[in-house]
Amino acid sequence: MQDWERLLQDDYLEIAGRKFRSRLIIGSGKFKDFQQTKEVLEASGAEIITVAVRRVNITDPTKENLLDYIDPNKYLILPNTAGCYTAEEAIKTAMMAREATGINWVKLEVIGDPKTLLPDMEETYKAAKFLVKEGFVVLPYIFDDPVYAKKFEDIGCAAVMPLAAPIGSGLGLQNPYNIIFIREAVSVPVIVDAGIGSAADIPPIMELGVDAILTNTALAEAKDPIKMAVAMKYATIAGRLSYLAGRMPKRMYAVPSSPTKGVPFKG
Amino acid sequence: MPKIIVNGEEREIPKEMSVMELLKELGIQFREVGLAVAINEEVVPKSEYERRTVKEGDRVEIVHLVGGG
Repeated sequence: MQDWERLLQDDYLEIAGRKFRSRLIIGSGKFKDFQQTKEVLEASGAEIITVAVRRVNITDPTKENLLDYIDPNKYLILPNTAGCYTAEEAIKTAMMAREATGINWVKLEVIGDPKTLLPDMEETYKAAKFLVKEGFVVLPYIFDDPVYAKKFEDIGCAAVMPLAAPIGSGLGLQNPYNIIFIREAVSVPVIVDAGIGSAADIPPIMELGVDAILTNTALAEAKDPIKMAVAMKYATIAGRLSYLAGRMPKRMYAVPSSPTKGVPFKG
Repeated sequence: MPKIIVNGEEREIPKEMSVMELLKELGIQFREVGLAVAINEEVVPKSEYERRTVKEGDRVEIVHLVGGG
C-alpha cells in the first residue's frame, strides 16, 4: 500500500449509497478506438465511465461494441442524455438508457444552446423531477448556479454536476467562487463536470472540497491519452489530499520562513 | 409485407415478427447489457423480446451504448 492509499483509506466518494475509491470519473467519447478507451480507463483508476445512447446503424450494424471492452460488473457504466434539448427527449433517452445498461443511474444532460452546450436548467429541472419520481439515480449536469444546485438536491438528485467551463472547451475552472458556494449549499456530492483542459486543472478544483471530477475531451484530445489519464489520477489524489490537509491562508505580503534573529554578520 | 420505421428509416420486413426476430433480420446481435429497443416510443423490456410483435406502421428505435462524455 502506498502512502496516499493509506491516507485515503477511509475516504470514499459515495453516491446514492454506492462507494467509490476513485474521485475521477471519465467520459468514453472521442477516443481512437475501444481499445484505447479501455486502456485510458484502466490507467485513470476511474470506477465510473459515462457512455451515450445512440441509434444502432442499421445499414451497417457493427458487431464491435463498447461493452466488449468495458466490464459492467467492474465499472459503473453511467449513461448520459447528451444531445437532448428538451425534458421530454431526455426522459425518453433515460428510459432507453435504463433498459440498455440494466441500472437506473443517469447523467442527465439537457442542452439549451448548440454553440456553448450550456444546460437548459428549466428543462433539466423538469426532467430531473420526473426521473427521480421514476426511481432513477439522477446526476444532473448543471450551470454553476448555487441556487439551482440546491433545488436539484431538494428534489432528490443523488449529486450535482456543475460545469467548470463549457463542454469540450478545455478552459479550466472559470468561477471558483460559484463552486465554493455550491459546495456550501448542498450536502450531496458535487462533481465538477466539463471544461477540464489537463491534469493541472484538477487539483485547484479538488482543493475547493468538491467530491469528484468528470472529464473526457482532455483525455481524448491529449497527445498521449494514457499518460494524461495517469496524470489525472494523481492530480485528483493530490487535490483531494490537499483539501483534506487544509491550505494556509492567502496573504498580501511576504512572511519569512527562516528565523529573522541571529542572521550572521549583522550588527 | 409489413412496412415499419426502424431508427427513422423505412424498412420492409417479410412478415410480422418478434423483436428478437427483427434483430436477427437486421443483423443486430442481442445483448443483455448494451442494447435497448422501443416500439412507438415505449421501451420493450428484454424479457418480452420473444413475445412482442413488430407490426405494420410500427416505429422502432434500436439503440446501443457508444462512447460519450
